[in-house]
Amino acid sequence: MEEREKTVGSRIGMWLFLLSEILIFGGLFLLYAVYRAKHPVDFHNASLDLSRFDGTLNTAILLTSSLTAVLAIYSLQELNKPKRTILFLAITIACGLAFLVVKAFEWGAKFEHGLYPRAAVLLAKPPGEILYFGLYFTMTGLHALHVIIGMCLLGVMIGYVRRGKASHEHTPVLENVGLYWHLVDIIWIFLFPLFYLIS
Amino acid sequence: MKTGGMSYPRYIYIWIALLVLTAITVTTAGLNIGRIAIVVVLAVAAVKSTLVLLYFMHLRWEKRLILKLLVPIAIITLTIFIGLTYTDVLNR
Amino acid sequence: MASHSEARAHEHEAWFLDNGKRPGLRGFLTSTNHKRIGMLYLVAVLTFFGVAVILGVLMRIQMLSPDSKFVSGQTYNVLFTVHGIMMIFMVVIPGIPTIFGNFFLPILIGGRDMSFPRLNLFSFYLYLAGAAVVLVSLALGTGPVDTGWTFYVPYSLNSTVNAPMAVFGVFLLGMSSILTGINIVTTTHQMRAPGMTFFRMPLSVWGLYSTAWVQILATPVIGITLLLIILERVFGIGVFDSTKGGDPLLYQHLFWIYSHPAVYIMILPSMGIISDLFPVFSRKNIFGYKTIAFSSLAIASVGSLVWGHHMFVSGQSDTASVLFSLLTFLVAVPSAIKVFNWIATMYKGSVKVDPPFLYALGFIALFSIGGLTGLILGALSTDVYTHDTYFVVGHFHYIIFGGMGFGLFAALHYWFPKMFGKTYDYKFATVSFFVLFVGFNLFYMTLLILGWAGMPRRYYSYLPKYTDLQVIATVGSWILVVGLGMMFGNLIYAFFKGKKAEANPWGGATLEWQIPSPPSAENFEEIPIITQGPYVFTKRKTDAEKEKKE
Repeated sequence: MEEREKTVGSRIGMWLFLLSEILIFGGLFLLYAVYRAKHPVDFHNASLDLSRFDGTLNTAILLTSSLTAVLAIYSLQELNKPKRTILFLAITIACGLAFLVVKAFEWGAKFEHGLYPRAAVLLAKPPGEILYFGLYFTMTGLHALHVIIGMCLLGVMIGYVRRGKASHEHTPVLENVGLYWHLVDIIWIFLFPLFYLIS
Repeated sequence: MKTGGMSYPRYIYIWIALLVLTAITVTTAGLNIGRIAIVVVLAVAAVKSTLVLLYFMHLRWEKRLILKLLVPIAIITLTIFIGLTYTDVLNR
Repeated sequence: MASHSEARAHEHEAWFLDNGKRPGLRGFLTSTNHKRIGMLYLVAVLTFFGVAVILGVLMRIQMLSPDSKFVSGQTYNVLFTVHGIMMIFMVVIPGIPTIFGNFFLPILIGGRDMSFPRLNLFSFYLYLAGAAVVLVSLALGTGPVDTGWTFYVPYSLNSTVNAPMAVFGVFLLGMSSILTGINIVTTTHQMRAPGMTFFRMPLSVWGLYSTAWVQILATPVIGITLLLIILERVFGIGVFDSTKGGDPLLYQHLFWIYSHPAVYIMILPSMGIISDLFPVFSRKNIFGYKTIAFSSLAIASVGSLVWGHHMFVSGQSDTASVLFSLLTFLVAVPSAIKVFNWIATMYKGSVKVDPPFLYALGFIALFSIGGLTGLILGALSTDVYTHDTYFVVGHFHYIIFGGMGFGLFAALHYWFPKMFGKTYDYKFATVSFFVLFVGFNLFYMTLLILGWAGMPRRYYSYLPKYTDLQVIATVGSWILVVGLGMMFGNLIYAFFKGKKAEANPWGGATLEWQIPSPPSAENFEEIPIITQGPYVFTKRKTDAEKEKKE
C-alpha cells in the first residue's frame, strides 16, 4: 500500500512539473495571442513562408512517437516484455531525431531566405511579420530544446530497463518520462496550427 | 495503475484518430472559410490534446481528484492571463 | 496540556546530531533531511537579508542631504536594484516556505519528511546557484545591473550593464521556487498522518499550501519573461522592441503576471503562521477556521487577477485599468476577513503576550497600515498622484517588511526553542521588538508622508524642501537596524548559550509541540493518529496542575 502511495506521490509531482512547463509556454502563447490579434494579415502572410508539408510531417512524427512511448510503457507494465519496451523507446527517440532533422531543414531554409532575427530581409518586412518570425524561432526553439531533453530522458530509460531499475513491478520513473514526452507532443499539437495553419 | 483494458490495437486506434484529426485540420486551413478557421483549427487541437491526455497519459483512469483538476486549472489560468491582457491591448 | 496524538518520543538524538551518512559539515551539506535543509536555508536567507539591509542603509545615508556625494547616481541605481533583487528573490519570496515550510511542514501534518527529499536538496543548491550568479554578475562583465529589480524594457534591453547574467540568476532562483512549490503541494496531499484531514491541518499548512500553488502557476511566467530579455538582447527577436512592432507594455504585463502573485507568495505563509499563533497565545480555538483556510485560497486566486494595478499610468487602456482596480479592491476582502478573525480569536481568550505574540500583534498593526495605503494606490485617481513616489515605497515596506518580515520574526521566536532546544531571553526580545517597531514606523511612516508630498522613488537626490523628512527617515532606519541587531543578537546568543528549552514552552496543541525540543531525525517515534483539530486547548498548565492537587 505504501508503495502505491509513493507512486502516486511521484506522479503528482510530475504532473505539477508539467503544469509549470505549460505555464512557461503559456507566456509565449500570450505574446502570440496579442500580436496575432494586432497583426492578423501580417501573421497570415508570414505563415506562407513556412512549409505546411514539413509542419504536417513533423506533427505526424511526434504523434507516432507518442504512440510508441505509451506502447513502451504498456509493454513493460502490463506485458512484462522489456526487450519490446527498449525497442519502442528506441523508435520514440528516432522519431524525436527525425523531428529535429526536419526542423533543422526548416530553420536552414529560413536562414537562407534571410528570415531570421536582425536579418536585413526580415527587418524590411512589416512589423507583424518580424514579430511572427521572432515568436516562431523562440517557440519552436524552446520546443526543440524540450524534444532534446525528452530524448535524453528516454535514452536514460533504456538504460534503466536494461539494468532492471525499471521493471514490470516498478514503472513510475518510466511513466513519468512518458508523461513528459506526451507534453512535448501536446505543445507541438498547438504550435502546429498556430504557425502553419493561418488562413 | 490499471489502465482499464487498453491494448496494442486500442492505442493504435487512438493514434489513427489523431492522424485523421490532423488531416482534417490541415484541410480546413486550406479552405477559404475566413475567420472561423482559427476556431475550428484550435478546437481540433484541443480534441487531439484531450485524446493524448486521456488515453496516452492515462488521465481517463486517474482516481485522484487533484490530478483530474490540473488540466482545467492550467486552462483557466492561461485564459485569465491572456483574457485580462486582451482587455488592455485590444482597447488602446 | 492537550495532546491529540500518541506521539510520545523517546530520548532520540537531536536532528542536527544524527549524522546520517556523513559527519559534520559535509553531513549537513549533503543531507536530504527536511530539517537540515531548512537550517541551510535559514543561514542563507538571513545572510542575504543582512547584506540587503546594508545596501538599504547605504541608500538612506545618500539621502541625508540633497547634494550628498556619498554615492554617484549610477551607484545609487545599482544599490536599489540589488537591494530589490536580493530582498525579493533571495529573502522574502523563498523565506518562510524554505525555512519553516521545510522544517515544519512534515511535522505539522504528522509525517517524516517531504515527498521529494532529494529534490528538496536540489532546490537548495539551485537557490544558491541563482544567488551566486546574481552576485557574481555584479563584478563580471560590463558593470552591475542598474535597471531596478523590475528590469523594465526598453532600458533593460539597451543598458550596457551585465543584465543578462543577473537576469539568469533570477531565473535559477525562480526554478528553485517552482520545485519547492511542487514539493509542498505533493507533501501536503501525500504525507498527512492518519486522521489528519485537510480541515484538521494547522492553518500555517494552509498558508504554505496556497502559496505553493502560486509558486507553481505564476513563477514560470517570469521565467520565460526573463529568458525573453536575454533572447532580445542577444538575438533581437523583437517582441518587446517597438522599432520592430513589439510592445514594451507586454513586458510589464508578463512581468507583473508573476510579480503581483509573488507578493502573495510572500504574505500567505506569514499569515498562516499568524493564524497558528493567535489560538496558542489566546489559548482558544481560532475564530472561523474554514473561513481563514478558504481565504488563503481566495487570496491566491483573486490575487492572480490584479497585476495591472502596477500599470495604471504606463499607457494601459482605461478599460483594463478600471477592471484591475475593481479586482484589486476585491482581493482586500479576504485579507481583511483574516484580520477580523484573528482579533475575534482573542475575545474571551486567555491572552499572554510572549515574544512570538508580540511580533504577531506587530504584524497586525503594520500589515493593516500597509493594506490601507494599498487602497489609496488601488484607486485610479489617487494612484495617478502617488505612483512612483515614496508612498509606494512606504506601502510595500509596510506590507512586505511589516507583514512577511514580522511574521518571519514571530516564527523565529515561536519555533526557536523547538528547532534548537534552547531558550532565549524573553525580556530582551521584548525590548528589541519595541526598538525595531519604533524605528520601523519612524522610517516608513515618514516615507509615506514624503511620498504624499511628492518625493519620487529611485531618485538619488531631491528638492531641498524634503530634507528634514529625509533625515528623520534615515534616523528611523538606523533605529530599525539597531532593533534588528538586538533581535538577531539575542537569538544568536541563545543559539550558543541559551538554557535548555522544554518540549512545549507555549502550550501549543499542534503536532510539533508533542515531540521533544529539538526533534529527532525521524520526527515521531510512531506516526500519530489524529482525532481532533489543531487548536484544542485545556486550561493553562498551572491551572490544570492546581486542579490536580486539589
